[in-house]
Amino acid sequence: MSDSAKQPGQILKQNMWTANPIFMQILGICSALAVTNLLSNTMIMTLGVVFVTGMSNLTVAIIKNLIPRKVRMVVQTLIIAFYVIIVDIVLRAYLPEISRNLGPYVGLIITNCIIMGRAEAFAQSNPPLLSLWDGITSGMGYMGVLLSIALVRELLGFGALFGFQVLPEGFEPWIIMVMPPSAFFLIGVITWGGKYLMHRQGEPVLEGE
Amino acid sequence: MAPDIPMFSLFFASIFTSNILLANFLGMCSFIAISKDISSSNGLGMAVVVVLTFTASINWLVLNYVLIPLDLVYLRFIIFIIVIASVVQMLEMIIDRVSQTLYLNLGIFLPLITVNCAILGVSLFMEIRQYSFLQTAVFGLGSGLGWWLAIMALAAIRKKTEKSKVPAGLQGAGLTFITIGFMAMAFIGFTGLLQVQ
Repeated sequence: MSDSAKQPGQILKQNMWTANPIFMQILGICSALAVTNLLSNTMIMTLGVVFVTGMSNLTVAIIKNLIPRKVRMVVQTLIIAFYVIIVDIVLRAYLPEISRNLGPYVGLIITNCIIMGRAEAFAQSNPPLLSLWDGITSGMGYMGVLLSIALVRELLGFGALFGFQVLPEGFEPWIIMVMPPSAFFLIGVITWGGKYLMHRQGEPVLEGE
Repeated sequence: MAPDIPMFSLFFASIFTSNILLANFLGMCSFIAISKDISSSNGLGMAVVVVLTFTASINWLVLNYVLIPLDLVYLRFIIFIIVIASVVQMLEMIIDRVSQTLYLNLGIFLPLITVNCAILGVSLFMEIRQYSFLQTAVFGLGSGLGWWLAIMALAAIRKKTEKSKVPAGLQGAGLTFITIGFMAMAFIGFTGLLQVQ
């Protein structure tokens, strides 16, 4: 992907929309879909990702000149793992219920390709503060897509939003929305919609794969 | 402490009903990128089977004989990643020595595997579900086979859909996701057969 945009505003637009990690670059799907059945889980999970992406980008940008090129992947992985451990410990201490729901997926933030990708593509060649901003906006692009998937799944699967019943009693929950396939369908439809709008606006469309 | 699950059910459950990819969404990144081509899918699938079985077992030993006695369980993410990276590196060297043809078929996929979420995912599941050593090995092998099966099936389907006319925005990733959705439904259809988490 191009890193020609160096202005904070452009970075925001790129990461949230034209180069959105999920539907344009197809990155970080692994840990993304399993947590989208309830909005509150998704919210906490994506906040964790925003934190880890931002902080690891910042750290990599600060110490990039100290890391020998050959071992930089290992060093980046360890930096990311360090922040993920912080997130895990905080969740266990303050939100044990959600930590149990998320299960192994908190640990899987480590192998989330978005974080590694941003550290490699952006933080390696940019100043610390801009890298922090890039990490946060990438995380927010991820958050936006996941929250919209979770919104549909929780609304139709449980008739609720953030655990509060919003649909009337007579509503028949869609069992499919609670099960994994629906996440694939929704992400497919979102990808479709996103690309369609971008074609219409005449934005240069990055090939997703 | 280990859950009481017959080995046979665990094996089949990890391949079909709780397929690591279609039910737990692990290993999606390389799944989508590689499934464009059948022979690469096959190579990567085989590599995942081998690496998953080894890393899950080794991580079990490390967790139960090193991390738990030393009370360092909070370091498990880092340790698991290091174990995975070194197992992959060692396998690469061994395969290189033993068979050149196997190396050419499998070798190029090995580095990709270190960052495959499925590998770390299986180790984390094994910790959370408190499997015994044998259960972990069976679970690792079954999950690997399930992943292999899923990527081969998707690669074959994508070969067919490649030439079909679909709306421009749906081309590529969008269509692939919807295809995976249908595959997931089919795999989940096995759920009635076995009730194993």
